[in-house]
Amino acid sequence: MNNGLDAPYPTLTRLTQLSFRLSRAIMCLAVLPAIACLAASVAMAQGPAPVTNLQSADHPWDGGDNADLTWEVSADDATLVESYFIYKAMMQKGPIPADLLTESERKYALVDVVPAGTTEYTVGSVPGSGYVRLKDLSDEQRALFDPNDLPDKPHKKITVELGYLFKIVAVGSDGSQSVETITAAPYSPTRQWFDAKRMYLLIITIIFGGSVVFFIQHARAGKDLKIRKIGGLAAVDEAVGRATEMGRSCMFIPGILDMNDIQTIAGMTVLSRVAKTAAEYDAKVEVPTCRSLVMTSARETVQAAYLSAGRPDAYNADFIYYVTDEQFGYVAYLQGNMVREKPAACFYMGAFYAESLILAETGNSIGAIQIAGTAMPAQLPFFVAACDYTLIGEEFFAASAYLSGEPEQLGSLKGQDVGKIIVGIGIIVGVTIATLAAWFVDTGFLTTWSEYIKGVILT
Amino acid sequence: MKRTIPLLITAIGGFVLVFAYFSPYTEDWGEKTMIWFDVIAAIAFVLGGGNLLKIHLKKTSDQAEGWGYSVITLLAFGITLLVGLLKIGVNPSPQFPHFAWSGEYRENGSPFWWLYEFAFKPLTATMFSMLAFYIASAAFRAFRAKNLEAILLLGTAFIILLGRTFAGVWLTDWMPEALSGLKIDNLTVYIMKVFVTTGNRAIMIGIALGIASMSLKVLLGVDRSYLGSGQE
Amino acid sequence: MFEFLKNLDRRWVFLLMMLSVAIPIIVIDWLGLSLPEKPSELARNVFDEIDQLNEGDKVLLSFDFDPASEGELGPMATSFVHHCAEKKLKMYFMALWPVGPQMIDDSIDRVIDQYYDDLVYGEDFVNLGFKSGGEGVIKVIVTNLRELYTTDDKGTAIDDIPMMEGVRNIRQMDLIVNVSAGSAGTKEWVQYAATPFPDDIRIVGGCTGVQAPLLYPYIPEQLPGLLGAIKGAAEYEKLVNDAYEPDPDNPRPVFTEGLRRMGPQLVAHLLIILLIVVANIIYFVERAKGGER
Repeated sequence: MNNGLDAPYPTLTRLTQLSFRLSRAIMCLAVLPAIACLAASVAMAQGPAPVTNLQSADHPWDGGDNADLTWEVSADDATLVESYFIYKAMMQKGPIPADLLTESERKYALVDVVPAGTTEYTVGSVPGSGYVRLKDLSDEQRALFDPNDLPDKPHKKITVELGYLFKIVAVGSDGSQSVETITAAPYSPTRQWFDAKRMYLLIITIIFGGSVVFFIQHARAGKDLKIRKIGGLAAVDEAVGRATEMGRSCMFIPGILDMNDIQTIAGMTVLSRVAKTAAEYDAKVEVPTCRSLVMTSARETVQAAYLSAGRPDAYNADFIYYVTDEQFGYVAYLQGNMVREKPAACFYMGAFYAESLILAETGNSIGAIQIAGTAMPAQLPFFVAACDYTLIGEEFFAASAYLSGEPEQLGSLKGQDVGKIIVGIGIIVGVTIATLAAWFVDTGFLTTWSEYIKGVILT
Repeated sequence: MKRTIPLLITAIGGFVLVFAYFSPYTEDWGEKTMIWFDVIAAIAFVLGGGNLLKIHLKKTSDQAEGWGYSVITLLAFGITLLVGLLKIGVNPSPQFPHFAWSGEYRENGSPFWWLYEFAFKPLTATMFSMLAFYIASAAFRAFRAKNLEAILLLGTAFIILLGRTFAGVWLTDWMPEALSGLKIDNLTVYIMKVFVTTGNRAIMIGIALGIASMSLKVLLGVDRSYLGSGQE
Repeated sequence: MFEFLKNLDRRWVFLLMMLSVAIPIIVIDWLGLSLPEKPSELARNVFDEIDQLNEGDKVLLSFDFDPASEGELGPMATSFVHHCAEKKLKMYFMALWPVGPQMIDDSIDRVIDQYYDDLVYGEDFVNLGFKSGGEGVIKVIVTNLRELYTTDDKGTAIDDIPMMEGVRNIRQMDLIVNVSAGSAGTKEWVQYAATPFPDDIRIVGGCTGVQAPLLYPYIPEQLPGLLGAIKGAAEYEKLVNDAYEPDPDNPRPVFTEGLRRMGPQLVAHLLIILLIVVANIIYFVERAKGGER
């Protein structure tokens, strides 16, 4: 069979053919090194050898949104490779395969760049499950679901498992790239019952909570506990007494946040004491509130206080009323009320924002005795400047223990002191390690500890 | 019983949410609880609105002292509520031209927009701007160089007050580069970054521990004063 | 005189404060001048974060303030929009405060409608409006924006807005700019967006003077730049005007609101210093008299 290669010279003599073949062989010999060089340069352009054995696995003790990648480094890791580029892409959404996902979902996104020599990496933000809405599914996609799993309304959600593919590209110092290495099948991380990232917080919570409970039990057993005098709380009785003497009312302002704020709850504790004292002295306590639920709670608190003072008849629910949720509308009302009614004592106990100084200065201008308590650091200077007494942060939360004098409540304060000791020790240890790590940069273990504290314990 | 059930709800709800924080399976329970609270608070607004009407209607009908203010409050409340709810003067949305209420309630030129633009906005801005007057009067009354701490506080206040204006730059601009850290504008940043932040952190750690301890007392039912007195 | 100052009625202080603010406002407006400004490192960082973005990059602007604080925060909101418009960035507006959308409308009216009418709603900027829930909103939109935002502020379906195509969560934004007057605000954005996703989300902010000290602990890791009150706004205005205004020496008045407000601030601060000094002189004279007695 004539292959055509011989076609140009069918009439040549055997000698001529031989000489031609010889010359072609010589030419080949001459060209070979050039071809070899060319091949080498092509290899260079293709970049380093790819990584091998790329595996994805579940990251243990997490919320199911991390995957651990492991691989064997490129054969050129020690020579050509400078870094590895790690990518992720969604490849499965419940029963929906990759070819029916949107282009943006399937697109590989760069996750991170790690240096040569790295053999493992944890990819974050890859939740193992998600949802789609019925209305967002095409007919083709809907057909993949079990009809019983589909909701009846278009906007309803269908929970689905999400699967991801990961790929790694080895990149050389000259910018050349290896061929991609991709994980074999879409991987879906799973969720565990406990998030190990929060382990240290759990330990601290148990120690702190345990110490509070321990000291409460300790106090219940009849051990003597002392508490330092808090001027602001000691002055509550004095302020109510003064209002009684002057024949004027007391105004109690429980902040501008709702009952879900712990400061409002702490304010209710102080209100309980103020109302009880007022009931005993037969003074009027007015409680304008910024939230409906606070009004309801305040009424319960004041009513119970009047009851425990033996004066249930003196309780008047109309003195505890709602004004408005609007911050400055509330402030305008309070200012007007203060100027008109001139209460002899004003209590500001709760969460306050910009209105703190407006209220305290107005109270000051009418000559009222003023006691404030808040845990808003930005507002404390204003209250300190304009009020007679201010409960600063933790003092405010200690109010219920102080005012009640009950041993078990005082026990909780002792538990709080244990928390302070833990924080104190933590700060000293952390600062010492971080400082030493900064001074002695070459000391590996100090740097490791410092990084561990910052990266694991404090996150 | 009246107090036992709320205490049980508090304790169970609180401890379950503490547990939920550490478990990925239940981490969204906290958000769901917040939604429940929002729903209750929204319903409770009816209670507040009703109380507002009751108090001011009573004051008006009794012609008690200052009843004129109550009339203004009632009028403002009623007009704003009606104009907003009924979308008075609002044109239908271009997407749904056949539905009279499909427009945006605060559409430019609508009565609600007018109330917002010419009543709500200037009134709230006025209340906020009153801070300037009260800061001046509080500074005049309260800042006294009574002791060393007060003197330090005063000095810091002057630096910050000057540093937040062009005067700070102008007064110390002549300083050589080697002493640039002492320029008032740089000192201001340093004081805010180092001293103020340090003090704030200390207060915030105390507050955080106070909140944790207070929360635990409430969850354990040791502190029941927010439900009334300590006794059953 | 001494007795008068000793028993000074607070209303005199109020009057002085009013004059110290009103006169500079009138004079500055009349003369068309403003005080020079020297941008601080923090303001420069804010400027650089926005300036390094490329045309078409996505910026989320969350305006979490209300009319009460508009006087303090409005100028920086205007400048942010000015800067983004000049850089031709895609602007996604949203608000965590109920009256935030009005603040957004004001900024759009002042800047885009007046000077950048080539920008098209839905293609170059979109107002997603207000969603209730404070930090809860942030927690959701970092993973799924469409869970909460199905329409924009005008009721147009998200899927019908061209610039929303492919936008699934706010981690896809190249920068988040927050202007806040309290809670929920910059602190929550830092805690629930920048801290959990440090590689995906970068935030710069602007806040009221009272809030600023509470945000310093987050600088620079979690919050690269921060504009504090009107001073921060003026510094940022200066940087933006120098870089982008056709005539930096005579910028358009709407872009000098912060700079012009530094005049009244200077006089008001000087008045407070004067009042403190006078009050202390009275205090020392009184104490000396007491000592003599």
